[in-house]
Amino acid sequence: MKVGAMVAAVALIAVGGVRSAAAETIYVTNEKDNTVTVVDGATLEVTKTIPVGQRPRGITLSKDNKRLFICASDDNVIQVFDIAKQEIVGTLPSGPDPEQFILAPAGNPLYIANEDDNMVTVVDVDTGEKVTEIPVGVEPEGMGISPDGKILVNTSETTNMAHFIDTESHEIVDNVLVDPRPRFAEFTADGKQLWVTSEIGGTVNVIDAATRKVIKKIGFAVQGLNAEAIQPVGVRVTRDRKLAFVAMGPANRVAVIDAQTFEVKDYLLVGQRVWQMAFNADESRLYTTNGNSNDISVIDVADLEVIKSVTVGNQPWGVAVAP
Amino acid sequence: MRRPQVRCVGFLVTALLATAAPAAAQETPAGVANIPIAYITERVKELPPFSLVDQPTTDNGLMGARLGIEDNNTTGKFTKQKFTLDEAVVPAGGDIAAAFRDLLAKGHRFFIADLPATQLLAIADVPEARDTLIFNVQAKDDALRGEQCRTNVLHTMPNYAILADGLAQYLMWKRWANWFLVVGTGDDDKLFAAALRRAADRFSATIVEERVFDATPGSRRTDTGYAQIQKQMPTFTQGVDDYDVLVVSDERDAFGEYLQYRTWDARSVVGTQGLVPTAWHRSQEQWGATQMQNRFTKFAGRWMTERDYAAWLAVRSISEATTRTNKTDYASVNAYIRGPEFGVAGFKGQKLTFRDWDGQLRQPVLLTGPRTLVSVSPQEGFLHEFSELDTLGFDRPETTCKLNAPAQ
Repeated sequence: MKVGAMVAAVALIAVGGVRSAAAETIYVTNEKDNTVTVVDGATLEVTKTIPVGQRPRGITLSKDNKRLFICASDDNVIQVFDIAKQEIVGTLPSGPDPEQFILAPAGNPLYIANEDDNMVTVVDVDTGEKVTEIPVGVEPEGMGISPDGKILVNTSETTNMAHFIDTESHEIVDNVLVDPRPRFAEFTADGKQLWVTSEIGGTVNVIDAATRKVIKKIGFAVQGLNAEAIQPVGVRVTRDRKLAFVAMGPANRVAVIDAQTFEVKDYLLVGQRVWQMAFNADESRLYTTNGNSNDISVIDVADLEVIKSVTVGNQPWGVAVAP
Repeated sequence: MRRPQVRCVGFLVTALLATAAPAAAQETPAGVANIPIAYITERVKELPPFSLVDQPTTDNGLMGARLGIEDNNTTGKFTKQKFTLDEAVVPAGGDIAAAFRDLLAKGHRFFIADLPATQLLAIADVPEARDTLIFNVQAKDDALRGEQCRTNVLHTMPNYAILADGLAQYLMWKRWANWFLVVGTGDDDKLFAAALRRAADRFSATIVEERVFDATPGSRRTDTGYAQIQKQMPTFTQGVDDYDVLVVSDERDAFGEYLQYRTWDARSVVGTQGLVPTAWHRSQEQWGATQMQNRFTKFAGRWMTERDYAAWLAVRSISEATTRTNKTDYASVNAYIRGPEFGVAGFKGQKLTFRDWDGQLRQPVLLTGPRTLVSVSPQEGFLHEFSELDTLGFDRPETTCKLNAPAQ
């Protein structure tokens, strides 16, 4: 935990408040507006709206926290946003129709899923060059990377697989069949598990990273809600592997899961068609993008409560939190 | 859009079949399992499309099947399964049953039948076809899901009842409960009209008046032709008691398009023209459909149609079965597709499954204007005990299909 945050927390506890005023900034891509909304983490107010490329979706922070990478899907590029300057400073090649991508733990390279041509494109973020393209299944989207950077996982929406790719050889070393229409893949921080959401199957498939076998399929049920509305997309697991959060699309809820027992603990009502989520640096907050209500929800992780919704642009898709 | 049949290409059936690959599922040296699928259609003489704005197609349905094979093989790279499509394009008036028997003789068990109802039944009733899986990707006839159902046929194209119900739900949501029904004189016009009448009854709409319009398809208006229509349509639609919407059944695309903007009373036109219930449309971009549209357009050089979509779904269903069971034989694939585990993703936001009482694929219905998607049925609020998709079309308690009876 950062020293600054600890001091702030102590100060607040002394005054009787428990919520730490976060110094972070939240960046949200608005798929239909071609903009990024900037939200101040302390006030939870929108501070500005930045025009970006067409159909911005995936957004991710560089390892040095100085830049944001944004997939401008319809422009077929990755835009590079300088946080200090608060402006787009350049582009990276991406292959056609980039949607999601992931940065190697070392900060380079960038692995990008090209939905339209069944490829993963590998790009060097320093030189701006395409390193290679890896053929995968139909409609690649989800991207996960092992904490040691050695295994990249890409999920193909129509092929219904999680492809395990060796990042040295760029070869696929394994393919794991998952439930229909996998959208998102996330390794746990200890590298032991890979969590994959299945949008049409309505489940989360937990895969053991060593054996590459599905060890658990987590299902969901919300009273009064049609099973078809439960469409898991984004998933995030806390670093200590105690809690996992799953954005359930048109179910308008985030499922809270005990990541040790795989039991669903709670469903938190957020906005409409919740898809992606991001923790802040100390995992005290989880921000969700609600595509159809044009807002983001702020979840207090300790209390497991949704504390606020902030209106952003049209069809918010991705979210990244800069400290 | 009701599209006329594809243009006659003039292939010889025998020549085609002679060059096609052997059909039996076999292991190739690389340990890859071969899964052959047969596609059969009749090339019917094509009328010019109603509008110059329509895209003419010569390979409707076939392209959907071919892209399905491509997508299957992308997956097949990882599962060591290779799909092939054996295409039997029978010239207009040719012997469909004979072509089908030739395919059977080569060992085919999986068929994509891009045929109207009569020809579909002709092949399904061939005695040797008993243990085959035939996907109907074209015929919307309700009878095929009712009294004329077959144990060896599954339908990926929605039937008229599903489309009519999808439209009716939207009209009732709009509270447009009083309908003026206009029906053409073609056979399919009458079939869709029957489904519309059933839908009105089902969802408590009232058909205040019904009129027949007699028109021959294929005659486009030339030069100042609009002047004639401008007089004709208002008169034809004059004098109808208070109605909310004009529902037209003109499957042959002969006159329905002329009704909008010319009705005596200012009313919207829905049905086979205007607001159209359909399985697929270019404007559909929801639930990841953009990727499907992009992939298809790049592959086929034109937009994906309803028949392409139905054919694609059928081919994908086979791959879904072979991937999940890791088996490629007819019995395993057939059992899995009809079983409780099966579901195919069709870019409609939920997995699609086949009804066990009549073999119809349940699916949401798109309601489309000429340029945009207007809505998707089932509409919110229409509830069902098992699946809201079963509020569309023939539900279990009302089915007249006896799938367990001996083949008819």
